[in-house]
Amino acid sequence: MSGTLPLVALVGNPNSGKSSLFNALTGARQKIANYPGVTVERKSGRTALPDGRPVELLDLPGAYSLQPDSLDEAVTRDVVLGKFPGQRRPDALIIVVDAGNLDNHLRFAIELIGQGLPVVIALNMVDLAERDGLEINPNVLADELGVPVVSTVAVRKRGLDRLLIMLAESLSKPRLPETEAPENSKQITERAHRIAKRAILNETQGRQWTRRLDAILLHPVGGVAILLGLLFVMFQAVYGWSEAPIGWIEAGFALLTDAINGQMPDGLLRSFLTDGVIAGVGSVVVFLPQILILFLFILILEATGYMTRAAFVMDRVMAAVGLSGHSFIPLLSSFACAIPGIMATRSIMDQKERLATILIAPLMTCSARLPVYTLIIGAFIPAQSIGPGIGLQGLVLLALYLFGIVGAMLAAAVIQRFVTQSRSSSFLIEMPRYQMPRLSDIALGLWQRAWVFLRRAGTIIFVASIILWALLSFPKVPVGSSESQVEYSIAGHIADVIEPVVRPIGFNHDIALALIPAMAAREVAVSALGTAYAIDATDEEQAAMSLGPKLAAKWSLATALAFLAWFIFAPQCISTIAVTRRETNGWKWPIFMVSYLFTLAYVAAGITYWTAVSFGL
Amino acid sequence: MPNVQLDDLPLNRHARVQTIDWAAIPESEGHRLRSLGLEEGVEVEALHKGILLWRDPIAVRVGRMRIAMRRNVASAISCEPMA
Repeated sequence: MSGTLPLVALVGNPNSGKSSLFNALTGARQKIANYPGVTVERKSGRTALPDGRPVELLDLPGAYSLQPDSLDEAVTRDVVLGKFPGQRRPDALIIVVDAGNLDNHLRFAIELIGQGLPVVIALNMVDLAERDGLEINPNVLADELGVPVVSTVAVRKRGLDRLLIMLAESLSKPRLPETEAPENSKQITERAHRIAKRAILNETQGRQWTRRLDAILLHPVGGVAILLGLLFVMFQAVYGWSEAPIGWIEAGFALLTDAINGQMPDGLLRSFLTDGVIAGVGSVVVFLPQILILFLFILILEATGYMTRAAFVMDRVMAAVGLSGHSFIPLLSSFACAIPGIMATRSIMDQKERLATILIAPLMTCSARLPVYTLIIGAFIPAQSIGPGIGLQGLVLLALYLFGIVGAMLAAAVIQRFVTQSRSSSFLIEMPRYQMPRLSDIALGLWQRAWVFLRRAGTIIFVASIILWALLSFPKVPVGSSESQVEYSIAGHIADVIEPVVRPIGFNHDIALALIPAMAAREVAVSALGTAYAIDATDEEQAAMSLGPKLAAKWSLATALAFLAWFIFAPQCISTIAVTRRETNGWKWPIFMVSYLFTLAYVAAGITYWTAVSFGL
Repeated sequence: MPNVQLDDLPLNRHARVQTIDWAAIPESEGHRLRSLGLEEGVEVEALHKGILLWRDPIAVRVGRMRIAMRRNVASAISCEPMA
């Protein structure tokens, strides 16, 4: 169906407000996928022209020019030129230009117009430009460039109607031939400046919010303190704010279990539903609030423009281990999930730095580890306060994050020195103006991430839970046997094989069992333990106990700490390995990554265990 | 005031780029600098210097855009302070 619709691509510089415009035009109904063969996110949606005709809109990755510096930019160029395999060439372009940054953004616009496709220019964020004291005449721009120009404020949905009217007109016009002699970079820059100068009618000193804020946020000392404080608040919030919603989700699943227990006779099907499906999926969905809080912070930091400041502040620190501020953003995203983090490394121009960043991204504590950490911390670390607003549990969680970060930094230093043999990193980045993020853009971003997570819970984790339940439930232990169901089952026998390997680092049979399905996704370890102990329960009272106290009763503290140490490093996520393979074009680097991370995990868990044991824990 | 390298330009002082020693800048960075619109003749202003004692990278206004760059790149850009 959609193959017959006119295809219109939104193109523009990073920070031109392109995604907001895309959101405003398409609404919440967007399709997110990848371009065939590469992991560049392909966002598409639909909108209707004034006459009611639907068109398909494509949100191309932000780019500075048609001579790409990064994979993202290469995708944009190839799609615009119609050279991307499996993606038809757009019928028209909407070029998004930041009105407050006309000189620079017109460069790319001039290049794009030269491609001969029908175009409309969205002169975006005119309100912010006015705030900064700029008065621009869109008609002068249109005359100079020879294409229609429409003033828009995407976040307030201003100018969209006119944009669509002009788009409809453009679509009905024939394609122009390409401009023959392409200008060189300097000529384009000069032409852009000339046109901008003519289009800007009046320029007064605006209130310079960005400069004033930067004086604080980039302050040589204050800026560091603010960033550290922000990260601290972020991680405390992940723990503190999520308590109530987690309680609601738990209560919901408990109600469901009770309802099934009340309606169905005891038997295999009931065990399948309650012990398999609900226990498995429920123990993962329960962490949705924490993941959303983390993403909320990251989305807000990105939308306000602060993220590049954080990169600026962190650049020197990252340079100490051979990376740069560029790596900071992908690594920060990896705290939510290594997959978008690894995909975000495409913005790193230096290929060696990019590879090093990919290899250490899994060491950032992703949200899938949170379920594991939360469970163990909740079970073994007392919930006492050690200062105003600082809890011991939160502090342990912070320590786990820090161990991951320190491990990553050391790994980066070693990798850049001996593996990629990079001589120096580089840092060059645009710092956009600060702006208030639009609530609905943030909400849409959160919803898209929540949906991806729930889809995972509904597919991978659902299937893993069922397989695991089956492995744990069969064969049935004979009545009167001294063995427990877990030990007697198929899974028990598989774990028998793994156990001798992990015994020296303090892991018991149940952990050996949980590590198998955790390869699918780390958080499945929690549901695996949940399923294992739920099935092992001999009476109702024990089954009603939540998982944490059960673990506390069965594991030593040394084992629990070793288990945490293992999860700081272990590359237990097939999706991450798959993305690494795709992003590095082969098996060499994912195999390297998995080997060094498992080695680190084993050594770290061993050291933790034996240190703890020697302290009598 | 004589020409200075961009990394030595006092903060908040407007200047015009005179020469850029492209050979001293790694190729990929040079390309990105050009696509960010940094060429001979544009107006620049050093806005902020990096954290703690490093004072690196520096934030520079190029036209209406703010760009962060390391000092090793900035030192390849020679500019003439404006009155």
